[in-house]
Amino acid sequence: MNAPLLRLTGVGKTHGNVISLADVDLEVHAGSVTCVLGDNGAGKSTLIGIISGNHAPDSGILEIDGIPTRLTSPRQALERGIATVYQDLAVVPLMPIWRNFFLGQELTRGWGPLSRLDIATMREITRRELAGMGIDLRDVDQPIGTLSGGERQSVAIARAVYFGARILMLDEPTAALGVKQSALVLRHIRHARERGLGVIFITHNPRHAMPVADRFLILGRGRTIGAFPREEASIERITALMAGGDELDELLRELDED
Amino acid sequence: MSTGDLIRDERVRGRGLFERVFVRPEIGALAAALVLFVVFAAVSPVFTQPASLATILYGASTVGIMAVGVSLLMIGGEVDLSAGVAVTTSALTAALIAYWFGGNIWWGVLFSLIAALAVGALNGWLLTRTRLSSFIVTLASFFMLTGLNLGVTRMLTGGVATPSIEAAPGYELGREIFAADVPVFGITIKITVFYWIALVIIATWILRRTRVGNWIFASGGAPAAARASGVPVRATKIGLYIGVGFCAWLLAMHQLFAFKTVQSGEGIGNEFLYIIAAVVGGCLMTGGYGSAIGAAIGALIYGMALKGVVYAEWSPDWLKFFLGAMLLAATVFNVYLQRRAARGRIR
Repeated sequence: MNAPLLRLTGVGKTHGNVISLADVDLEVHAGSVTCVLGDNGAGKSTLIGIISGNHAPDSGILEIDGIPTRLTSPRQALERGIATVYQDLAVVPLMPIWRNFFLGQELTRGWGPLSRLDIATMREITRRELAGMGIDLRDVDQPIGTLSGGERQSVAIARAVYFGARILMLDEPTAALGVKQSALVLRHIRHARERGLGVIFITHNPRHAMPVADRFLILGRGRTIGAFPREEASIERITALMAGGDELDELLRELDED
Repeated sequence: MSTGDLIRDERVRGRGLFERVFVRPEIGALAAALVLFVVFAAVSPVFTQPASLATILYGASTVGIMAVGVSLLMIGGEVDLSAGVAVTTSALTAALIAYWFGGNIWWGVLFSLIAALAVGALNGWLLTRTRLSSFIVTLASFFMLTGLNLGVTRMLTGGVATPSIEAAPGYELGREIFAADVPVFGITIKITVFYWIALVIIATWILRRTRVGNWIFASGGAPAAARASGVPVRATKIGLYIGVGFCAWLLAMHQLFAFKTVQSGEGIGNEFLYIIAAVVGGCLMTGGYGSAIGAAIGALIYGMALKGVVYAEWSPDWLKFFLGAMLLAATVFNVYLQRRAARGRIR
């Protein structure tokens, strides 16, 4: 079998004297969805930071296509095909949709000082790509802040797919969304998998993870507390792991007695 | 899902021409400028004479040139409190180099440009390095430059002003380039007006038609999102401060060649005029929104108020009160417009 798109081996990170992440292994293959679950403070954000190039790990190895790599900026990660869609900072609210879509990867025409944005083409591509994902945005010139949360996530995902991301990392994409909007985002995740992307879906909601995940990685207090394929997963098992297993049983028993 | 399966929201209407016009950042300033023009034209017959208009444009250009750099910086999410004294620093650099070393004034002009760009770069670098607010960083550089202006001038010349550069070789050329009077249909217009217009056109081109423009809006509007999208936010902000430095140099060279000597204590407080022009013109203090054309209209409002008060023979004591009131009204109006724009409720 080919080398996975992304492999983390024994990755760890400390912030001052706090161990944020320790000895985490993760493999992402093309055309599969890996769900990373964990309660608050489990180390999800640190893991995102490492994969997105925001901060380098203190220990362990990060391999892209089997080649050990050191990512030192989000731009580097993007160039290696790792696109990250953040829950709250995916877009610039006051900028038009098409400017957001091409932000950081603008198309230009002309040369030297006359190099200018190819606005007509960018508008057209934005409209087409979003329509392809089932979103009719009427007017790609409106500020993206006027869209709903689910639509904004969808634009961010469409952007990552369009720019040839091979690994798509989604940070809590459904956390602030209603039921319908979450379903929309989950559909896009499946869509990305069908197109052969390796998806990393970070969430704390097992109900959103179950319908799309191929593999699960459960983090707790910065460590791996569970890693298993879909067949071995159930919402009960994941919830129990995330809540610290025994502690939750204990808590439920106490609640029952009251 | 199929590609033709579009989600159409029947609650959302398209936006008409009227709505598009009213989300433009400069629309409030334009309305205010028109009202002001009509008022002064009605009160004072002198106000609308060609020579008066040329004077008004000149007054506006001295603020407007700086407002170009400052408005771009504000769209990028930062302020520069040192912009006023930086103009004086730049003029002093050229004058003092010419005085101390003698020789051609153009050496001073050249080194002054380097110094102005370096001050801008330093402001931007300190800001992105320390991650302090630009208010603090540029407040510090405001005080340091103010002190340097006075201290170095006294150290080298023994006085508070530089000696006249009129006798220096290269002066005539400098005056032609930076302080010429340009006759247009029999009216004498200062060359700064043309520099101002050129800068506004270039800045508008950058903002709306180039990658860098996209990065400026994004760096100011949502720096974290911009960084995550691969925008070089730090370089963009440093570049914006360097832009302010360039504008400061251009205005400084005009002042130097127009007045021949430089008062070392000048420029203090002018930074607020530039900020007023930018904010009245629709730039948001929080960044991510505004236009260079708006800032130009803001500067024009300042020019009209400054000279209009004189032509109308009102007491100039009231000018500052008027500027403050204008700033307040414009900001309230702009924030209102921008909130509606963000919600898509401009109807």
